[in-house]
Amino acid sequence: MSHLLEVTGLTKHFPVRGGWLGRRVGVIRAVDGVDFTVDRGATLGLVGESGCGKTTTGRMVARLLEPTGGRIVFDGEDITHLNRRELRGLRQRLQVIFQDPYSSLNPRQTVGRIVAMPLVVNGIKPPGGIKARVQELLELVGLNPEHYNRYPHEFSGGQRQRIGIARALAVEPSLVVADEPVSALDVSIQAQIINLMRRLQRDLNLAFVFIAHDLAVVRHFCQRIAVMYLGRIVEIGDRDAIYATPAHPYTKALLSAAPDVHGEARERIRLEGDVPTPLNPPSGCRFRTRCWKAVARCAEAEPPLRTVPTGQQVACHFPESQQSQPTGTTADAVSGSRPDPRTAEV
Amino acid sequence: MRVMTAQTGVPPSIEPDPGATGEPATESAGAPERFVGRSPGQLAWLRLRRDPVAMVSAGLLIFFFLVALGAPLIERLYGVGPRDRFSELLDSRGFPLGYAGGISGDHWFGLTPGVGRDLFIHVVYGLRTSLFIATTSAVLTIVIGVVLGIIAGYLGGVIDAVINWIIDFTLAMPFFIFCMAAVPVVISRFFDPRDEVPPSFRMWLLIVVFALFNWTYTARLVRGQVLSLREREFVEAARAAGAGTGHILFRELLPNLAAPILVTLSLNLPTFITAEAALSFLNIGVVEPTPDLGRLIFDSTTYLRADPAYTLIPGTTLFLLVLAFNLFGDALRDALDPRSGR
Repeated sequence: MSHLLEVTGLTKHFPVRGGWLGRRVGVIRAVDGVDFTVDRGATLGLVGESGCGKTTTGRMVARLLEPTGGRIVFDGEDITHLNRRELRGLRQRLQVIFQDPYSSLNPRQTVGRIVAMPLVVNGIKPPGGIKARVQELLELVGLNPEHYNRYPHEFSGGQRQRIGIARALAVEPSLVVADEPVSALDVSIQAQIINLMRRLQRDLNLAFVFIAHDLAVVRHFCQRIAVMYLGRIVEIGDRDAIYATPAHPYTKALLSAAPDVHGEARERIRLEGDVPTPLNPPSGCRFRTRCWKAVARCAEAEPPLRTVPTGQQVACHFPESQQSQPTGTTADAVSGSRPDPRTAEV
Repeated sequence: MRVMTAQTGVPPSIEPDPGATGEPATESAGAPERFVGRSPGQLAWLRLRRDPVAMVSAGLLIFFFLVALGAPLIERLYGVGPRDRFSELLDSRGFPLGYAGGISGDHWFGLTPGVGRDLFIHVVYGLRTSLFIATTSAVLTIVIGVVLGIIAGYLGGVIDAVINWIIDFTLAMPFFIFCMAAVPVVISRFFDPRDEVPPSFRMWLLIVVFALFNWTYTARLVRGQVLSLREREFVEAARAAGAGTGHILFRELLPNLAAPILVTLSLNLPTFITAEAALSFLNIGVVEPTPDLGRLIFDSTTYLRADPAYTLIPGTTLFLLVLAFNLFGDALRDALDPRSGR
């Protein structure tokens, strides 16, 4: 098997209940047909606005949620619909790092118990004893192993996230789903945690699915990036291709929102309006209601993921021009050509 | 948030949450290796020990419990039993001789008018009855409430709906009217009107009635707590690590429920003590010959004008008992303040 993780057509629909006796009155298409692969030791960034389905995708991959449709193949094994007992083996190879370090650690347990929990519930007895293993893990994530007996409230946010990472690594997984692991942290701490995860990823040959809502965080961590919008992947490809030549208008808008370290004046594309409701997504291309390039065809046909000359795959009828233009002019040109008040603003 | 010394192995000095501990961080400089982690429970205990109201009320409660537990011993040392009558110390109209209801070296709280029983030993045994009924019902209430609350909160769905419906139904029943109507009926179901009803049966009947009517508050509280805890990521982390439902309920959730459960327990006790006294006052609780504070007060009202000490002494005892429980319960809630639980 070449890929460690292979996701095809993954779908999650949440029923909306209401009215008399909780009848089903609608369906939220949180994730609607997502395909991607992750290789052993590779890193994939899953990026998008809140509500685009990236967290739901991550939870389905970690099998904390039951997928409505599609297939998840992990290490050659179909894990889409495993029951709880069959999942036990999987839990030791696939772990999760959570977003909020203040809610992901049980306040009533010592750090030692928290980190040892995956070992205990799986009945794993490490060679030197559980305590030695936990201390080794604490050292691995840059914490003092003597802090074994302390409680989470005695640690700062960044230290707590290190504890969460140590817990995820306790069972030596081969894939880690990191659900916005730095979003809840101070910017100064974010870099430390990202660097720690990079070091661990290299040293332990871990594969990562890294969920984030901004492209800047993912840039330093992921080799491949998938951009999601309203339950679909709109662009997926190598980091360099996506950052240098974003082909989907949405990716371009996202990139323009991230501050640029190099100080080049980049035009900002401001998207108007909100993400449409996943209860009733727009026909055709889902981004068309906010897209400055949308034409009649976008409402009729849903664009498939197609490979563009720069290497990445894009779901757009009119991918951004592949000639490397000076950044920013596209938006100007386009907004000039279509006098619509909702279009991109400079 | 502080910048960490990550790879160097220098122990990052720990800042306790402001307010989480009432203690200054004494273990800062000099001896970094001796820092003992304190659990939220230990911190609450530290705060409780520093609260004078809590300590005084706790002392009073311990005293009351010791008196109740040691009632037979006190009886032996005191030399007077609850059934002994001292008619020779009453005047011709049945009132005790001497001041304040006949208080003397032999009868510390005086005698009851009419029958001539010793009031002190009656109060001691009355405390025993009150505390036994209140403690047993409170524990029973908590057990039923916690189990049903956890089930409703964690499982949700139809089970949650059914339990909620039962809670609403129970809450809609008027407690005292139900007791007045139902207790005599239940007793007549089990015993012939001519037979004497054993006192223990009446006590257990009260306990069951209290538990049946009051588990709902605990169940609601626990259900709400579980609903919010269930969404916390540490529960999800346990699931992601492969933990079973038992581990999640009892290892991850239950320890986080300890604080609200303890507070409910300590605040349930005074409620039951007053309710039991009220029922006995209404003559549907504990009856003769079981000594009881509520019935003592009821009996004393006949003699209120002639012998106010008879009302005052059991009344003050009951008041102190309930006050101590309430003050301690409040202090406990402050000490276990959920805001410091993070």
